[in-house]
Amino acid sequence: MKRISTLLATLALSVGVQFSAFAETMAPDALVKGVTDDVITIVRQDKAIQSGDTRKAVELVETKVIPYFDFAHMTRLAVGKDWKQASPEQKTVLTQEFKALLVRTYSNALTQYRNQQIDFKPFKAKPEDTDVVVRTEVRQPGAKPVQIDYALDKQGDAWKVYDVMVAGVSLVTNYRDSFGQEVRTGGIDGLIKSLKDKNKQLDATVSAKK
Amino acid sequence: MKNRKAESGAVWRGLACLVLALGLTACAGPGGHPKDPLEPLNRATFRFNEVADEYVMRPAAQVYDYAPLPIKVGVGNFFGNIGDIWIGVNNLLQGKVTDGLSDGGRVLVNSTVGIFGLFDIATELGLEKHDEDLGQTLGKWGIGDGPYLVLPLLGPSNVRDTFGLIGDLTADPVWQVEEVATRNSLTGLRFVSKRAQLLGADTTAEQAALDKYGYLRSFYIQYRLNQVYDGQPPRVKDPDDDEASGDDGATAPQAAPQSDKKENQE
Repeated sequence: MKRISTLLATLALSVGVQFSAFAETMAPDALVKGVTDDVITIVRQDKAIQSGDTRKAVELVETKVIPYFDFAHMTRLAVGKDWKQASPEQKTVLTQEFKALLVRTYSNALTQYRNQQIDFKPFKAKPEDTDVVVRTEVRQPGAKPVQIDYALDKQGDAWKVYDVMVAGVSLVTNYRDSFGQEVRTGGIDGLIKSLKDKNKQLDATVSAKK
Repeated sequence: MKNRKAESGAVWRGLACLVLALGLTACAGPGGHPKDPLEPLNRATFRFNEVADEYVMRPAAQVYDYAPLPIKVGVGNFFGNIGDIWIGVNNLLQGKVTDGLSDGGRVLVNSTVGIFGLFDIATELGLEKHDEDLGQTLGKWGIGDGPYLVLPLLGPSNVRDTFGLIGDLTADPVWQVEEVATRNSLTGLRFVSKRAQLLGADTTAEQAALDKYGYLRSFYIQYRLNQVYDGQPPRVKDPDDDEASGDDGATAPQAAPQSDKKENQE
């Protein structure tokens, strides 16, 4: 009798462990597809987002997309070699402001969605890989398809997106030149100030539109 | 991004400016972008283009955008079909015989069953549309892109792609139309249709950029590299990121897991 209950306990335990492992290590391609499908389904039904309500688009991105992005990593990539000279506090503020800029800009891009179709290309990765690219393509009638690739890396058990490439252009490293320029003229604080100003200016346009 | 509606005159004027400016590159100060020795000249051309776009091209594209979707798709397909001939030639020049033949097949199918290219039947049959031009072919042949160049009205380019563009125009069927009125109307329509496809993307670029000039420059350089490699450019290890994550480990351990050191290594 005791043996059976031990067996059952072990079984239950291992099922539980396996289940949580499955939930946490969702494959990177499945993760990107899940998030994309979720977002598209919502945008298709949401008339407000379609007619340009940036605020609602930002809300959608904040709840559905942001948990799967690693903004600290993105900011480090965008700042490049100057990242070294930033203090931990400056790094935190930089990450905050860069995140705000990316979220606002690309949430707004969601409002331009018009029934484009998103295809997922075959995903190639070895099980031991910790840094992968998931390739997708946005198709629309009468125009060339646009390639959108997501770079993810594995942190512990979870995959996080650290770069998005549109038509081969990294939306993150694309900032490196202008960030470098800002740091050369005004130091890290100069860059922080420019980012804050830019975000304020974007905020103003969003509220003006409303 | 690349529009072929250039007047040859504009291209030649641009080239003349380039030759003139090359003489001045010695004056370029330190700290500039290594790919952009002509930055002062390019920024001036960029400002001119911004004004021209704001007052002429963007409004024209916005008016065109009111046309019903089937018409816009038809126009896009029509010029796409004309472009497929040269795209096929470039695929052959790059040694991609299957792609080149497929492009030829596209032209045959779309010019006939697709009624003068208005319908893109070929894509539905599984003949995928490609994107090639002479600048990409030259890149594939190992010719470097040279200094970044902003062309009047046409926008971002570089020395290699400017020469490529001249070749593209020389081979372009629309550009060969004898009758001036027809040629100009077709060129105008093609241009407006292309510009209209960028509506939306232009707003995003505007909002995203701290410095739109620098943002577009960086965009163009990465974009063309991606095209030359047909969408699969080599993923290089990012030296800046590596340095940074090493430092991160020391000062802000929570931000940098060990695995980051291997970033972009593939």
